[in-house]
Amino acid sequence: MTQGDPAYGLLAEFSGPAALLHAARAAHGAGYRKLEAYAPMPVEGLVEALGSTDKGLPRLALVGGLIGGIGTYALQWLSVKVIYPLDVGGRTPAWPGLIPPTFDMAILGATLAIFFGVLLRSRLPRLNHPVFNDDGFAAASTDRFFLCIEAADPQYDAVQTRAFLERLNPLRVSQVEP
Amino acid sequence: MSTAVPEVLPPGGADHAVHARAAAAVLAGTHSYGSISAKISDIVLTARAARWWLIAFAACSVLTLVFFGSIGYLFYKGVGIWGLDVPVVWAFDITNYVWWIAIAMSGTFISAVLHLTRQPWGASISRFAEAMTIFALVIAGIFPIIHLGRPWFFYWLMPYPNVMALWPQWRSPLVWDFFAILAYLLLSLMFWYLGLIPDFATLRDRARARGAQVIFALLALGWRGEARHWQRRQSAQLLLAGLAVPLVVSVHSVVGLDFAAGNTPGWHSTIFPPFFVAGAMFSGFAMAMTIVVLLQRAFDLGEFITERHLDNLAKLILAMGLVVAYSYLMELFMAWYSADRYEIYTALTRMQGPYAWVYWSLIFCVVVVPQALWSQRVRHAPWVLFGISILINIGMWLERFMLIVTSEYRDFLPSAWGMFYPTVWDWAILIGSIGFFGWMLLLFVRFVPLMSMYEMRELLTHQKAVS
Repeated sequence: MTQGDPAYGLLAEFSGPAALLHAARAAHGAGYRKLEAYAPMPVEGLVEALGSTDKGLPRLALVGGLIGGIGTYALQWLSVKVIYPLDVGGRTPAWPGLIPPTFDMAILGATLAIFFGVLLRSRLPRLNHPVFNDDGFAAASTDRFFLCIEAADPQYDAVQTRAFLERLNPLRVSQVEP
Repeated sequence: MSTAVPEVLPPGGADHAVHARAAAAVLAGTHSYGSISAKISDIVLTARAARWWLIAFAACSVLTLVFFGSIGYLFYKGVGIWGLDVPVVWAFDITNYVWWIAIAMSGTFISAVLHLTRQPWGASISRFAEAMTIFALVIAGIFPIIHLGRPWFFYWLMPYPNVMALWPQWRSPLVWDFFAILAYLLLSLMFWYLGLIPDFATLRDRARARGAQVIFALLALGWRGEARHWQRRQSAQLLLAGLAVPLVVSVHSVVGLDFAAGNTPGWHSTIFPPFFVAGAMFSGFAMAMTIVVLLQRAFDLGEFITERHLDNLAKLILAMGLVVAYSYLMELFMAWYSADRYEIYTALTRMQGPYAWVYWSLIFCVVVVPQALWSQRVRHAPWVLFGISILINIGMWLERFMLIVTSEYRDFLPSAWGMFYPTVWDWAILIGSIGFFGWMLLLFVRFVPLMSMYEMRELLTHQKAVS
């Protein structure tokens, strides 16, 4: 345990998605839990290798869609049945005529829930982050793949963890300032 | 513990091999993650614009001024400056509206469907297809507002608390239009932006100028490529694609209902919603083809937009064209089958009346010309495809003009018949709207990555897996 260690963690750089995936599996297998992988594109199986997936978005979308749809239907229903009933030749508004806006607003509700759900659950926007302190990290958005073991991990040890990462054949390992 | 690093991603069975083969056909040349990023981001990060870009931008800026200047004069004088009169009360304004919204239909649709069906050729074309949707939708949204006699009351379409006890007419397709366009515009924008965030991060990290770094950093929202963020983003993209497809169908069906809900002969037809959806796909694919060919030539993107892309797009155009041709036949059949003399007369006067030249020109552009796409030689000739796509665009504009004007100009009472003649303001707004579209598109290709860089990197990974 290195409670007093000022570092945010150790960052290992890899040249391809396969190497990163391999390293992530190895680190998770070795018992590290405060792990994060960075890649310039989605890598299949990477989140599973890190040991956590977020399956909350579809549910969020459903809630957003229900709010949009039910809300819009209720608004129309109130308007045509309660607040301002319009009786033209005995034909009061029937429910099928209220469906198109209900459908469109259900989709809009789901869309808003998904869009803001992604950002909020990912804690974005966040312009500062310790990994940006690493000089080479800019390549994470182009052609380099990174694995970071955070100092907050109970198993983290500045020397041992570095040695562990070195064994995974990275291009380099560096300490990330907090 | 093993430290051996596998050379490629673990194979995912037959599915994986299929993916890899498909990826090979849509990405030519030898590329690395770095070279793909450099090629696409340099278009944005190069300080000096190309000469052709400056000339085109100047021309489009002039037309944009014509567009907004004409709208300003319209607001000052009223819709009388157009050639509209009873009985033709909808003409260029609504023709332009339907034409633009149809172009807007396919961008997000192409991107969403190619994503859902995991087609690798979507990677390089989905970004500007989505941009095309947004720009065309912005323009389409202007027309219903400016065609109102009192455009400053357009917000009455919106249900909002007011002291007039005023509510929208919920059963009117014109009100449905408002909701459909609103939902589609916002969905398209969010879908587009979610795809752009990782690419803005690439630009942020590659930019050398301080100003560009700051702007792209803000736009990227601090994206750092975390695995969990990617997973959420992917999940969101899939969900939004799934939502976009039925929404696209609903939006253009509502446009069709705008007409079908009226009892005017030539409009009052249940075939309209699906017919309009097919027409929208068709003209949108054609506009996508126009833009694909221009971009491929302008930025030398032959390695990312290959023969395969043009070929696939051309086949889509051909297939949609056949659906549209079938719809024309069915329209005639239904007019005859209805045994309604007004319906039959409208169908005949389209072919023989004073607007017969519109009808036959559109049949040539929309039904005859696309048949050339059966030939593989044609499908592999970019400039021929460009010419065909332009003709289809013109033909689809004429189709809307035909549908709208020839239904109105001779309705039930011969005493109410009359012709429509466009004025200079009708033309100024039509041509100006095309210029405004080009203006937004030029700004887009200069300041936003015109291709999804991360999807191209994914494609490269699949391609590497096979070689």
